Amino acid sequence: MHKVLFRLFFTSILVINLQNFSFGNEEHEKKDSIHNEETAVEKFNPGNFIFDHIKDNYSWHLYTYKGNHVAIPLPVILYTKTRGIGLFWSSKLAHGHTYKGFKIAHEGDYKDKIIEVNEQGEFLSRPLDISITKNVAAIMISGALLILIFVSIANSYKRREDQAPKGIQSLLEPLILFIRDDVARNSIGEKHYERYTPFLLTIFFFILINNLMGLIPIFPGGANVTGNITVTLALALFTFIITTFTGNKNYWKHIFNPPGVPWWLKLPVPLIPFIELIGVIIKPFVLMIRLFANISAGHIIVLGFFSLIFIFGNMKPVMGFAVSPISIAFTIFMSFLELLVAFIQAYVFTMLSAIYFGMATEEHHE
Amino acid sequence: MELIKPDLGLLFWMILSFGTVLFVLIKFAWRPILAALKNRERSISKSLLAAQRAREEMAKIEFGNEKITQLAKIERENLLKEAKELKNKIIEEARESAKLDAKKIIEEARQSVQHEKNQAINEIKNQIATLSVDIAEKILKQRLGDESLQKELINDLIKDIDLN
Repeated sequence: MHKVLFRLFFTSILVINLQNFSFGNEEHEKKDSIHNEETAVEKFNPGNFIFDHIKDNYSWHLYTYKGNHVAIPLPVILYTKTRGIGLFWSSKLAHGHTYKGFKIAHEGDYKDKIIEVNEQGEFLSRPLDISITKNVAAIMISGALLILIFVSIANSYKRREDQAPKGIQSLLEPLILFIRDDVARNSIGEKHYERYTPFLLTIFFFILINNLMGLIPIFPGGANVTGNITVTLALALFTFIITTFTGNKNYWKHIFNPPGVPWWLKLPVPLIPFIELIGVIIKPFVLMIRLFANISAGHIIVLGFFSLIFIFGNMKPVMGFAVSPISIAFTIFMSFLELLVAFIQAYVFTMLSAIYFGMATEEHHE
Repeated sequence: MELIKPDLGLLFWMILSFGTVLFVLIKFAWRPILAALKNRERSISKSLLAAQRAREEMAKIEFGNEKITQLAKIERENLLKEAKELKNKIIEEARESAKLDAKKIIEEARQSVQHEKNQAINEIKNQIATLSVDIAEKILKQRLGDESLQKELINDLIKDIDLN
């Protein structure tokens, strides 16, 4: 495990150097950016500052020093009918550069997305974009981390069969048991819970690790993965598909012909079935919104406290210094709260998924 | 509102990555882990049951042991009592027989003393008889010298015979 981490660290340093090199030979630009920075400081916009940190990005920004943006370039993968497949590093598009007819839009419908432009820099189309963005990279890192951790735990279970857990195994065993016994077994029932436990464990630890990684401000953390609507959409989609495809006869009967409801609410106009059917879609939709909103809100608040320093600093530098202890104290407090929220939201998502699975497999009883 | 607009590329990668993680974890992590946990739970409950059974067995054995010791105690007491009785009996018997023996010996001694006494008396009697005859002879020898005395004597003797 240490070896892998070391290798990861090493490659990241290599990548940073590469990036520095790509910026290093652009002397004139450096001057420009210093100038830009000065104007930017005067016009500090907390909204942009916060949303830049929360949204996805084509490169993994590390820090800005004297107007030099140091970022890890990530692969851009595009497809357009006219130009075919485009495959290059995101550093080619930094600072609004146009590369092979692609650039990152600054405004319009596709703001901050890669668009295809003509010679004059006018918008042509939005290509099919499956670039490895910051969030994709973060998902891959945390996924690899999950596999690394749990396969090694599985090996220690095999190696030390019927013995007390040890090391990281004993750290995570209570959580595994908690998900299996208190979430899966309680919500789904003795008969079916074993089928769903692996999925529930996966979403729990996937959300948890991404929540925690999101709290670490530096690489490989700092990506707002679980606060991204697309990610939560995908997670909710998995829950929805599993619920729908494993639902038994009783589950569908409760939707289309709910017992104990007067017939006139179902027959000429299927009012109740219609509401039930909407409920089927609303359930995963709520899952998606809840996780996204909670994690994003936490990040926004933390970044908001930091913005205060610069807002006051822009009025008078002394005021920025005066506000900073308060801001930092609040940020630390929020970070602790976020730590709690990281666990709670992972638990809530898993718990609700388990409850939906429980509904889908509930046996008919009189 | 870019923040709440899902991105297709990210969705694609997310589903692919999460699907892969899900598949790999289920196959190589959750199945062995859950199986190991289940096995361990089973073996723990089995061991607990076995321990409980062993404890019960132990209690049973202990109870048996106590019973045996109690029985042994009673047996010992009985044995001791019997031995005491036997001892007393033997002593009593010995005493009795000793008494009898002593009596017998005393009787025998008395008898032999009596016998000796009788013998001695007889001997003395015989000696007295001999002495008496000797004296009588000497007196007769003296007295038969005189005729009248002889006659008187014969008379006396005849008188005695008549009386007999």
